[in-house]
Amino acid sequence: MSRIIEFQNVSKAYGDLQVLKHLDMHVEAGEKLALIGPSGSGKTTILRILMTLETINSGHVMVEGDYLWHQKVNDELVPASEKHLRKMRENIGMVFQQFNLFPHLTAIANIEQPQILIKGVDKSDATNKARELLALVGLEEKENHYPHQLSGGQQQRVAIARALAMDPKIMLFDEVTSALDPELVEEVLNVLRLLAETSDTTMLTVTHEMNFARDFADRVLFFEKGQIVESGPPNEIFKNPKEERTRNFLRQIIGEIP
Amino acid sequence: MNWSWKVVYDVLPQMLEGLVITVQATIIGALVAYALGLILAIMRMSNSRIISLSTYWISEFIRRTPLLVQLYFLFYVLPDLGIFLEPLEAGIIGLGLHFSTYTSEVFRAGIENVPTGQWEAAKSLNYRPYQTMRYVILPQAIPPMIPPLANYLITMFKETPLLSAITVVELFNAANIYSNSHYKYLEPMTLVGLFFLIVSVPSAYIAMWLERKYQRRYARNH
Ligand SMILES: Nc1ncnc2c1ncn2[C@@H]1O[C@H](COP(=O)(O)OP(=O)(O)O)[C@@H](O)[C@H]1O
Ligand SMILES: [Mg+2]
Repeated sequence: MSRIIEFQNVSKAYGDLQVLKHLDMHVEAGEKLALIGPSGSGKTTILRILMTLETINSGHVMVEGDYLWHQKVNDELVPASEKHLRKMRENIGMVFQQFNLFPHLTAIANIEQPQILIKGVDKSDATNKARELLALVGLEEKENHYPHQLSGGQQQRVAIARALAMDPKIMLFDEVTSALDPELVEEVLNVLRLLAETSDTTMLTVTHEMNFARDFADRVLFFEKGQIVESGPPNEIFKNPKEERTRNFLRQIIGEIP
Repeated sequence: MNWSWKVVYDVLPQMLEGLVITVQATIIGALVAYALGLILAIMRMSNSRIISLSTYWISEFIRRTPLLVQLYFLFYVLPDLGIFLEPLEAGIIGLGLHFSTYTSEVFRAGIENVPTGQWEAAKSLNYRPYQTMRYVILPQAIPPMIPPLANYLITMFKETPLLSAITVVELFNAANIYSNSHYKYLEPMTLVGLFFLIVSVPSAYIAMWLERKYQRRYARNH
Protein backbone atom coordinates (compact mmCIF):
# COMPACT_ATOMS: atom_id res chain seq x y z
CA MET A 1 0.00 0.00 0.00
CA SER A 2 1.14 3.52 -0.65
CA ARG A 3 0.37 6.74 1.09
CA ILE A 4 -2.04 8.79 -0.96
CA ILE A 5 -2.61 11.57 1.59
CA GLU A 6 -0.30 12.88 4.25
CA PHE A 7 -0.75 15.84 6.59
CA GLN A 8 2.61 16.84 8.04
CA ASN A 9 2.48 19.15 11.03
CA VAL A 10 -0.44 21.09 9.56
CA SER A 11 -1.87 24.08 11.41
CA LYS A 12 -4.87 26.10 10.42
CA ALA A 13 -6.52 29.07 12.13
CA TYR A 14 -9.50 31.24 11.32
CA GLY A 15 -8.38 34.55 12.79
CA ASP A 16 -7.67 33.84 16.46
CA LEU A 17 -9.37 30.45 16.39
CA GLN A 18 -6.78 27.68 16.06
CA VAL A 19 -8.70 24.88 14.31
CA LEU A 20 -5.93 22.40 13.43
CA LYS A 21 -2.89 22.15 15.71
CA HIS A 22 0.23 20.49 14.30
CA LEU A 23 -1.87 17.76 12.75
CA ASP A 24 -0.15 14.63 11.44
CA MET A 25 -2.36 12.25 9.54
CA HIS A 26 -1.98 9.82 6.69
CA VAL A 27 -4.26 7.81 4.45
CA GLU A 28 -3.29 4.74 2.40
CA ALA A 29 -4.44 4.42 -1.21
CA GLY A 30 -7.83 2.73 -1.35
CA GLU A 31 -8.51 3.18 2.34
CA LYS A 32 -12.02 4.00 3.54
CA LEU A 33 -11.78 6.42 6.43
CA ALA A 34 -14.46 7.70 8.79
CA LEU A 35 -13.76 10.96 10.61
CA ILE A 36 -15.81 11.30 13.77
CA GLY A 37 -15.77 13.74 16.66
CA PRO A 38 -17.68 16.58 18.25
CA SER A 39 -18.81 19.43 16.07
CA GLY A 40 -16.22 22.18 15.74
CA SER A 41 -13.31 19.74 16.03
CA GLY A 42 -12.00 20.55 12.54
CA LYS A 43 -13.25 17.59 10.48
CA THR A 44 -14.82 19.69 7.74
CA THR A 45 -11.73 21.87 7.67
CA ILE A 46 -9.57 18.83 6.87
CA LEU A 47 -11.77 17.92 3.88
CA ARG A 48 -11.93 21.54 2.71
CA ILE A 49 -8.14 21.83 2.83
CA LEU A 50 -7.86 18.70 0.68
CA MET A 51 -10.42 20.10 -1.78
CA THR A 52 -8.35 23.35 -1.91
CA LEU A 53 -11.32 25.34 -0.63
CA GLU A 54 -9.32 26.38 2.43
CA THR A 55 -5.60 27.23 2.72
CA ILE A 56 -3.24 26.12 5.49
CA ASN A 57 -1.13 28.32 7.74
CA SER A 58 1.83 25.98 8.20
CA GLY A 59 2.99 22.45 7.57
CA HIS A 60 2.61 20.42 4.40
CA VAL A 61 -0.15 18.41 2.80
CA MET A 62 0.96 15.69 0.39
CA VAL A 63 -1.38 14.11 -2.14
CA GLU A 64 -0.04 11.27 -4.29
CA GLY A 65 3.48 12.17 -3.21
CA ASP A 66 3.17 15.76 -4.42
CA TYR A 67 2.78 18.90 -2.35
CA LEU A 68 -0.84 20.12 -2.44
CA TRP A 69 -0.42 23.67 -1.21
CA HIS A 70 3.18 24.14 -2.35
CA GLN A 71 5.26 23.47 -5.39
CA LYS A 72 8.96 23.21 -6.09
CA VAL A 73 10.46 26.01 -8.14
CA ASN A 74 14.26 25.75 -8.56
CA ASP A 75 14.45 23.36 -5.59
CA GLU A 76 12.62 25.85 -3.40
CA LEU A 77 9.17 25.30 -1.94
CA VAL A 78 6.83 28.14 -2.84
CA PRO A 79 3.05 28.52 -2.43
CA ALA A 80 1.17 26.60 -5.11
CA SER A 81 0.11 28.42 -8.26
CA GLU A 82 -3.45 28.15 -9.54
CA LYS A 83 -2.12 25.88 -12.29
CA HIS A 84 -0.60 23.49 -9.76
CA LEU A 85 -3.80 23.49 -7.72
CA ARG A 86 -5.83 22.67 -10.83
CA LYS A 87 -3.60 19.69 -11.53
CA MET A 88 -3.90 18.49 -7.93
CA ARG A 89 -7.69 18.95 -7.94
CA GLU A 90 -8.01 16.41 -10.76
CA ASN A 91 -7.38 13.72 -8.14
CA ILE A 92 -10.04 14.82 -5.70
CA GLY A 93 -13.83 15.02 -5.59
CA MET A 94 -16.13 16.21 -2.86
CA VAL A 95 -19.78 15.77 -1.85
CA PHE A 96 -21.22 18.49 0.35
CA GLN A 97 -23.72 18.56 3.18
CA GLN A 98 -25.96 20.91 1.14
CA PHE A 99 -25.65 18.89 -2.13
CA ASN A 100 -24.79 22.02 -4.16
CA LEU A 101 -26.24 20.66 -7.38
CA PHE A 102 -26.54 23.26 -10.15
CA PRO A 103 -30.24 24.21 -9.91
CA HIS A 104 -30.55 25.38 -13.53
CA LEU A 105 -29.46 21.98 -14.91
CA THR A 106 -31.31 18.65 -14.96
CA ALA A 107 -29.92 15.72 -12.99
CA ILE A 108 -28.22 14.26 -16.06
CA ALA A 109 -26.87 17.64 -17.22
CA ASN A 110 -25.35 18.15 -13.76
CA ILE A 111 -23.31 15.00 -14.37
CA GLU A 112 -22.56 15.61 -18.05
CA GLN A 113 -21.44 19.22 -17.91
CA PRO A 114 -18.27 18.83 -15.81
CA GLN A 115 -17.17 15.83 -17.88
CA ILE A 116 -17.57 17.84 -21.10
CA LEU A 117 -16.09 21.11 -19.82
CA ILE A 118 -13.28 19.81 -17.66
CA LYS A 119 -12.34 16.40 -19.01
CA GLY A 120 -13.11 17.19 -22.65
CA VAL A 121 -15.33 14.12 -22.97
CA ASP A 122 -17.70 13.89 -25.99
CA LYS A 123 -21.30 14.70 -25.26
CA SER A 124 -22.48 11.15 -26.09
CA ASP A 125 -19.81 9.54 -23.90
CA ALA A 126 -20.67 11.94 -21.10
CA THR A 127 -24.34 10.99 -21.42
CA ASN A 128 -23.56 7.27 -21.33
CA LYS A 129 -21.41 7.66 -18.26
CA ALA A 130 -24.02 9.86 -16.56
CA ARG A 131 -26.69 7.22 -17.21
CA GLU A 132 -24.48 4.46 -15.79
CA LEU A 133 -23.86 6.48 -12.68
CA LEU A 134 -27.52 7.44 -12.26
CA ALA A 135 -28.33 3.73 -12.44
CA LEU A 136 -25.65 3.04 -9.84
CA VAL A 137 -27.27 5.48 -7.41
CA GLY A 138 -30.76 4.18 -8.32
CA LEU A 139 -32.04 7.25 -10.19
CA GLU A 140 -32.16 6.20 -13.82
CA GLU A 141 -35.78 7.38 -14.20
CA LYS A 142 -35.01 10.82 -12.81
CA GLU A 143 -32.46 11.97 -15.38
CA ASN A 144 -34.61 14.80 -16.74
CA HIS A 145 -35.69 16.12 -13.36
CA TYR A 146 -34.36 19.41 -12.06
CA PRO A 147 -32.90 19.42 -8.54
CA HIS A 148 -35.95 21.19 -7.11
CA GLN A 149 -38.10 18.33 -8.38
CA LEU A 150 -36.05 15.78 -6.41
CA SER A 151 -36.09 14.92 -2.72
CA GLY A 152 -33.01 15.76 -0.64
CA GLY A 153 -31.89 12.15 -0.69
CA GLN A 154 -32.23 12.00 -4.47
CA GLN A 155 -30.36 15.28 -4.89
CA GLN A 156 -27.54 13.99 -2.76
CA ARG A 157 -27.34 10.79 -4.81
CA VAL A 158 -27.09 12.87 -7.99
CA ALA A 159 -24.32 14.90 -6.33
CA ILE A 160 -22.46 11.67 -5.56
CA ALA A 161 -22.84 10.57 -9.19
CA ARG A 162 -21.58 13.95 -10.37
CA ALA A 163 -18.44 13.69 -8.26
CA LEU A 164 -17.83 10.07 -9.36
CA ALA A 165 -18.11 11.06 -13.04
CA MET A 166 -14.81 12.91 -12.74
CA ASP A 167 -13.01 9.65 -11.76
CA PRO A 168 -11.27 11.09 -8.72
CA LYS A 169 -8.74 8.95 -6.86
CA ILE A 170 -9.92 10.49 -3.60
CA MET A 171 -13.54 11.15 -2.63
CA LEU A 172 -14.48 13.40 0.27
CA PHE A 173 -17.92 13.17 1.90
CA ASP A 174 -18.78 15.88 4.41
CA GLU A 175 -21.76 14.86 6.55
CA VAL A 176 -23.68 14.07 3.39
CA THR A 177 -26.82 13.03 5.28
CA SER A 178 -26.95 15.81 7.88
CA ALA A 179 -29.28 18.03 5.84
CA LEU A 180 -31.71 15.17 5.10
CA ASP A 181 -35.01 14.17 6.66
CA PRO A 182 -34.41 11.05 8.76
CA GLU A 183 -36.34 8.77 6.42
CA LEU A 184 -34.04 9.71 3.51
CA VAL A 185 -30.75 9.05 5.28
CA GLU A 186 -30.46 5.32 4.58
CA GLU A 187 -30.90 5.56 0.80
CA VAL A 188 -27.82 7.78 0.67
CA LEU A 189 -25.78 5.77 3.16
CA ASN A 190 -26.54 2.60 1.18
CA VAL A 191 -24.97 4.17 -1.90
CA LEU A 192 -21.85 4.94 0.14
CA ARG A 193 -21.79 1.38 1.54
CA LEU A 194 -21.99 0.06 -2.01
CA LEU A 195 -19.14 2.32 -3.12
CA ALA A 196 -17.00 1.29 -0.19
CA GLU A 197 -17.40 -2.37 -1.15
CA THR A 198 -17.03 -2.08 -4.90
CA SER A 199 -14.59 0.71 -5.60
CA ASP A 200 -10.90 1.09 -4.86
CA THR A 201 -11.17 4.88 -4.64
CA THR A 202 -9.78 6.34 -1.43
CA MET A 203 -12.68 7.73 0.61
CA LEU A 204 -12.83 10.08 3.58
CA THR A 205 -16.20 10.48 5.25
CA VAL A 206 -17.15 12.84 8.02
CA THR A 207 -20.21 11.39 9.71
CA HIS A 208 -22.30 11.27 12.84
CA GLU A 209 -23.90 7.96 11.81
CA MET A 210 -21.93 5.48 13.88
CA ASN A 211 -23.60 2.34 12.51
CA PHE A 212 -22.75 3.49 9.04
CA ALA A 213 -19.16 4.31 10.01
CA ARG A 214 -18.80 0.75 11.31
CA ASP A 215 -19.90 -0.72 7.94
CA PHE A 216 -18.11 1.76 5.76
CA ALA A 217 -14.72 2.33 7.27
CA ASP A 218 -11.47 0.40 7.31
CA ARG A 219 -10.28 2.87 9.89
CA VAL A 220 -11.95 5.40 12.16
CA LEU A 221 -10.30 8.63 13.30
CA PHE A 222 -11.64 10.32 16.39
CA PHE A 223 -10.98 14.07 16.43
CA GLU A 224 -11.19 16.56 19.20
CA LYS A 225 -10.06 20.19 19.12
CA GLY A 226 -8.19 19.80 15.86
CA GLN A 227 -6.17 16.78 16.92
CA ILE A 228 -6.49 13.04 16.44
CA VAL A 229 -7.30 11.52 19.80
CA GLU A 230 -7.54 7.94 18.65
CA SER A 231 -7.44 5.97 15.43
CA GLY A 232 -8.08 2.34 14.59
CA PRO A 233 -10.37 -0.19 12.91
CA PRO A 234 -14.07 0.29 13.67
CA ASN A 235 -14.16 -2.79 15.89
CA GLU A 236 -11.53 -1.35 18.20
CA ILE A 237 -12.83 2.20 18.28
CA PHE A 238 -16.49 1.30 18.80
CA LYS A 239 -16.12 -1.80 21.00
CA ASN A 240 -13.02 -1.07 22.94
CA PRO A 241 -11.88 2.55 22.77
CA LYS A 242 -8.62 3.20 24.61
CA GLU A 243 -9.11 6.88 25.32
CA GLU A 244 -11.53 8.22 27.89
CA ARG A 245 -12.43 11.11 25.56
CA THR A 246 -13.43 8.69 22.79
CA ARG A 247 -15.54 6.73 25.23
CA ASN A 248 -17.31 9.90 26.43
CA PHE A 249 -18.06 10.99 22.90
CA LEU A 250 -19.46 7.59 21.89
CA ARG A 251 -21.52 7.38 25.04
CA GLN A 252 -23.11 10.72 24.16
CA ILE A 253 -23.77 9.95 20.56
CA ILE A 254 -24.93 6.32 20.64
CA GLY A 255 -26.10 6.16 24.21
CA GLU A 256 -24.55 2.76 24.93
CA ILE A 257 -21.54 2.54 27.18
CA PRO A 258 -18.69 0.80 25.47
CA MET B 1 -57.13 78.13 -24.33
CA ASN B 2 -58.65 76.10 -27.11
CA TRP B 3 -57.52 72.71 -28.31
CA SER B 4 -56.60 72.85 -31.99
CA TRP B 5 -56.40 69.68 -34.06
CA LYS B 6 -54.54 71.64 -36.72
CA VAL B 7 -51.64 72.19 -34.34
CA VAL B 8 -51.67 68.48 -33.56
CA TYR B 9 -51.58 67.68 -37.23
CA ASP B 10 -48.73 70.19 -37.76
CA VAL B 11 -46.48 69.05 -34.94
CA LEU B 12 -47.04 65.30 -35.14
CA PRO B 13 -44.54 64.48 -37.91
CA GLN B 14 -41.70 66.27 -36.09
CA MET B 15 -42.66 64.60 -32.86
CA LEU B 16 -42.62 61.15 -34.43
CA GLU B 17 -39.09 61.86 -35.63
CA GLY B 18 -38.29 62.92 -32.09
CA LEU B 19 -39.77 59.72 -30.74
CA VAL B 20 -37.42 57.70 -32.94
CA ILE B 21 -34.46 59.58 -31.44
CA THR B 22 -35.83 59.05 -27.92
CA VAL B 23 -36.17 55.32 -28.49
CA GLN B 24 -32.69 55.14 -30.01
CA ALA B 25 -31.14 57.02 -27.12
CA THR B 26 -32.97 54.82 -24.61
CA ILE B 27 -32.10 51.48 -26.18
CA ILE B 28 -28.49 52.18 -27.10
CA GLY B 29 -28.02 54.01 -23.79
CA ALA B 30 -29.40 50.99 -21.94
CA LEU B 31 -27.07 48.63 -23.81
CA VAL B 32 -24.16 50.85 -22.76
CA ALA B 33 -25.48 50.89 -19.18
CA TYR B 34 -25.77 47.09 -19.09
CA ALA B 35 -22.35 46.38 -20.61
CA LEU B 36 -20.54 49.01 -18.54
CA GLY B 37 -22.53 48.00 -15.46
CA LEU B 38 -21.36 44.39 -15.75
CA ILE B 39 -17.75 45.57 -16.09
CA LEU B 40 -18.11 47.87 -13.07
CA ALA B 41 -19.67 45.04 -11.06
CA ILE B 42 -16.81 42.67 -11.85
CA MET B 43 -14.23 45.37 -11.02
CA ARG B 44 -16.06 46.16 -7.79
CA MET B 45 -15.87 42.47 -6.78
CA SER B 46 -12.17 42.26 -7.66
CA ASN B 47 -9.82 40.83 -5.06
CA SER B 48 -7.57 43.84 -5.53
CA ARG B 49 -8.59 46.49 -3.02
CA ILE B 50 -7.28 49.27 -5.25
CA ILE B 51 -9.48 48.24 -8.17
CA SER B 52 -12.48 47.52 -5.98
CA LEU B 53 -12.28 50.77 -3.99
CA SER B 54 -11.53 53.05 -6.92
CA THR B 55 -14.45 51.51 -8.81
CA TYR B 56 -16.62 52.19 -5.77
CA TRP B 57 -15.62 55.86 -5.56
CA ILE B 58 -15.92 56.49 -9.29
CA SER B 59 -19.42 54.92 -9.25
CA GLU B 60 -20.43 56.96 -6.20
CA PHE B 61 -19.20 60.15 -7.86
CA ILE B 62 -21.17 59.49 -11.04
CA ARG B 63 -24.29 58.40 -9.20
CA ARG B 64 -24.28 61.32 -6.75
CA THR B 65 -23.97 64.05 -9.38
CA PRO B 66 -26.85 65.12 -11.66
CA LEU B 67 -27.12 63.58 -15.10
CA LEU B 68 -27.71 67.07 -16.51
CA VAL B 69 -24.28 68.23 -15.30
CA GLN B 70 -22.67 65.13 -16.77
CA LEU B 71 -24.34 65.78 -20.12
CA TYR B 72 -23.06 69.38 -20.12
CA PHE B 73 -19.61 68.11 -19.29
CA LEU B 74 -19.62 65.60 -22.15
CA PHE B 75 -21.01 68.02 -24.71
CA TYR B 76 -19.65 71.43 -23.73
CA VAL B 77 -16.48 70.74 -21.70
CA LEU B 78 -14.91 67.80 -23.52
CA PRO B 79 -14.42 69.87 -26.73
CA ASP B 80 -11.99 72.03 -24.73
CA LEU B 81 -9.95 68.84 -24.27
CA GLY B 82 -10.14 68.15 -27.99
CA ILE B 83 -12.92 65.55 -27.80
CA PHE B 84 -15.89 66.41 -29.98
CA LEU B 85 -19.10 64.36 -29.71
CA GLU B 86 -22.30 64.62 -31.69
CA PRO B 87 -25.24 65.64 -29.45
CA LEU B 88 -26.88 62.20 -29.66
CA GLU B 89 -23.53 60.46 -29.02
CA ALA B 90 -22.90 62.56 -25.95
CA GLY B 91 -26.47 61.90 -24.80
CA ILE B 92 -26.17 58.14 -25.20
CA ILE B 93 -22.79 58.04 -23.45
CA GLY B 94 -24.12 60.23 -20.65
CA LEU B 95 -27.24 58.14 -20.09
CA GLY B 96 -25.29 54.89 -20.34
CA LEU B 97 -22.53 56.02 -18.01
CA HIS B 98 -24.91 57.44 -15.41
CA PHE B 99 -27.17 54.40 -15.31
CA SER B 100 -24.28 51.91 -15.44
CA THR B 101 -23.62 52.86 -11.82
CA TYR B 102 -27.14 51.63 -10.99
CA THR B 103 -27.14 48.53 -13.17
CA SER B 104 -23.75 47.52 -11.72
CA GLU B 105 -25.45 47.23 -8.32
CA VAL B 106 -28.08 44.95 -9.88
CA PHE B 107 -25.37 42.74 -11.39
CA ARG B 108 -23.40 42.69 -8.16
CA ALA B 109 -26.40 41.78 -6.00
CA GLY B 110 -27.47 39.13 -8.51
CA ILE B 111 -24.04 37.50 -8.50
CA GLU B 112 -23.59 37.76 -4.74
CA ASN B 113 -27.01 36.19 -4.15
CA VAL B 114 -25.84 32.94 -5.70
CA PRO B 115 -24.95 30.74 -2.70
CA THR B 116 -21.24 30.18 -1.98
CA GLY B 117 -21.90 26.43 -2.22
CA GLN B 118 -22.29 26.90 -5.97
CA TRP B 119 -18.82 28.45 -6.27
CA GLU B 120 -17.39 25.68 -4.13
CA ALA B 121 -19.09 22.92 -6.12
CA ALA B 122 -17.71 24.41 -9.33
CA LYS B 123 -14.23 24.62 -7.82
CA SER B 124 -14.39 21.06 -6.54
CA LEU B 125 -15.21 19.95 -10.09
CA ASN B 126 -12.18 21.95 -11.25
CA TYR B 127 -14.06 24.58 -13.28
CA ARG B 128 -11.91 27.52 -14.36
CA PRO B 129 -13.01 30.92 -13.06
CA TYR B 130 -14.57 31.93 -16.37
CA GLN B 131 -16.34 28.57 -16.70
CA THR B 132 -17.72 29.01 -13.19
CA MET B 133 -19.10 32.43 -14.17
CA ARG B 134 -20.40 31.36 -17.56
CA TYR B 135 -21.91 27.95 -16.75
CA VAL B 136 -22.74 28.10 -13.04
CA ILE B 137 -23.11 31.60 -11.62
CA LEU B 138 -24.57 33.75 -14.41
CA PRO B 139 -27.32 31.29 -15.43
CA GLN B 140 -28.58 31.51 -11.86
CA ALA B 141 -27.87 35.20 -11.33
CA ILE B 142 -29.40 36.61 -14.52
CA PRO B 143 -33.12 35.66 -14.20
CA PRO B 144 -33.67 37.66 -10.99
CA MET B 145 -31.75 40.59 -12.55
CA ILE B 146 -34.16 40.94 -15.47
CA PRO B 147 -36.98 42.82 -13.69
CA PRO B 148 -34.75 45.53 -12.12
CA LEU B 149 -32.83 45.92 -15.39
CA ALA B 150 -36.15 46.38 -17.21
CA ASN B 151 -37.15 49.01 -14.64
CA TYR B 152 -33.96 50.97 -15.29
CA LEU B 153 -34.78 50.87 -19.00
CA ILE B 154 -38.11 52.59 -18.24
CA THR B 155 -36.41 55.13 -15.97
CA MET B 156 -33.88 55.93 -18.69
CA PHE B 157 -36.70 56.42 -21.16
CA LYS B 158 -38.27 59.00 -18.86
CA GLU B 159 -34.96 60.83 -18.41
CA THR B 160 -34.37 61.35 -22.14
CA PRO B 161 -35.88 64.89 -22.21
CA LEU B 162 -32.69 65.97 -20.41
CA LEU B 163 -30.89 65.40 -23.69
CA SER B 164 -32.67 68.49 -25.05
CA ALA B 165 -30.22 70.49 -22.92
CA ILE B 166 -27.43 69.41 -25.25
CA THR B 167 -29.47 70.11 -28.40
CA VAL B 168 -30.65 66.55 -29.10
CA VAL B 169 -34.00 66.81 -30.88
CA GLU B 170 -35.75 64.01 -29.10
CA LEU B 171 -39.49 63.80 -28.46
CA PHE B 172 -39.69 66.63 -25.92
CA ASN B 173 -37.32 68.92 -27.76
CA ALA B 174 -39.16 68.39 -31.05
CA ALA B 175 -42.35 69.57 -29.37
CA ASN B 176 -40.55 72.36 -27.56
CA ILE B 177 -39.01 73.76 -30.72
CA TYR B 178 -42.44 73.86 -32.34
CA SER B 179 -43.96 75.46 -29.25
CA ASN B 180 -41.36 78.18 -29.01
CA SER B 181 -41.69 79.19 -32.63
CA HIS B 182 -45.50 79.02 -32.79
CA TYR B 183 -46.35 80.05 -29.22
CA LYS B 184 -48.52 76.95 -28.94
CA TYR B 185 -47.82 74.90 -25.85
CA LEU B 186 -51.02 73.07 -25.00
CA GLU B 187 -51.13 70.53 -27.82
CA PRO B 188 -47.40 69.73 -28.20
CA MET B 189 -46.84 69.29 -24.46
CA THR B 190 -50.01 67.24 -24.04
CA LEU B 191 -48.80 65.02 -26.85
CA VAL B 192 -45.39 64.63 -25.19
CA GLY B 193 -47.09 63.48 -22.02
CA LEU B 194 -49.33 61.11 -23.96
CA PHE B 195 -46.44 59.55 -25.86
CA PHE B 196 -44.54 58.92 -22.65
CA LEU B 197 -47.63 57.39 -21.06
CA ILE B 198 -48.34 55.18 -24.05
CA VAL B 199 -44.85 53.69 -23.82
CA SER B 200 -44.34 53.79 -20.04
CA VAL B 201 -47.55 52.24 -18.81
CA PRO B 202 -47.40 49.01 -20.85
CA SER B 203 -43.65 48.68 -20.14
CA ALA B 204 -44.32 49.04 -16.43
CA TYR B 205 -46.84 46.22 -16.64
CA ILE B 206 -44.37 44.09 -18.61
CA ALA B 207 -41.74 44.75 -15.93
CA MET B 208 -44.17 43.72 -13.20
CA TRP B 209 -45.04 40.58 -15.12
CA LEU B 210 -41.33 39.77 -15.50
CA GLU B 211 -40.89 40.31 -11.79
CA ARG B 212 -43.60 37.79 -10.92
CA LYS B 213 -42.33 35.30 -13.47
CA TYR B 214 -38.71 35.37 -12.37
CA GLN B 215 -39.39 35.65 -8.67
CA ARG B 216 -41.38 32.45 -8.84
CA ARG B 217 -38.65 30.68 -10.73
CA TYR B 218 -36.03 31.95 -8.33
CA ALA B 219 -38.01 30.92 -5.26
CA ARG B 220 -38.44 27.41 -6.62
CA ASN B 221 -34.73 26.93 -6.95
CA HIS B 222 -33.89 27.89 -3.41
N1 LIG C 1 -14.77 30.20 7.45
C1 LIG C 1 -14.67 30.16 8.79
N2 LIG C 1 -14.42 31.29 9.49
C2 LIG C 1 -14.29 31.27 10.82
N3 LIG C 1 -14.41 30.17 11.57
C3 LIG C 1 -14.66 29.01 10.95
C4 LIG C 1 -14.79 28.94 9.52
N4 LIG C 1 -15.04 27.66 9.17
C5 LIG C 1 -15.04 26.96 10.33
N5 LIG C 1 -14.81 27.76 11.39
C6 LIG C 1 -14.70 27.31 12.79
O1 LIG C 1 -13.68 26.38 12.87
C7 LIG C 1 -14.00 25.33 13.78
C8 LIG C 1 -13.88 23.98 13.12
O2 LIG C 1 -14.84 23.91 12.11
P1 LIG C 1 -15.13 22.61 11.26
O3 LIG C 1 -13.90 22.18 10.57
O4 LIG C 1 -16.29 22.94 10.42
O5 LIG C 1 -15.51 21.54 12.37
P2 LIG C 1 -16.37 20.21 12.27
O6 LIG C 1 -16.58 19.89 10.84
O7 LIG C 1 -15.57 19.19 12.99
O8 LIG C 1 -17.67 20.50 12.97
C9 LIG C 1 -15.41 25.63 14.29
O9 LIG C 1 -15.29 26.25 15.55
C10 LIG C 1 -15.95 26.59 13.25
O10 LIG C 1 -16.86 27.49 13.85
MG1 LIG D 1 -18.43 19.80 9.77
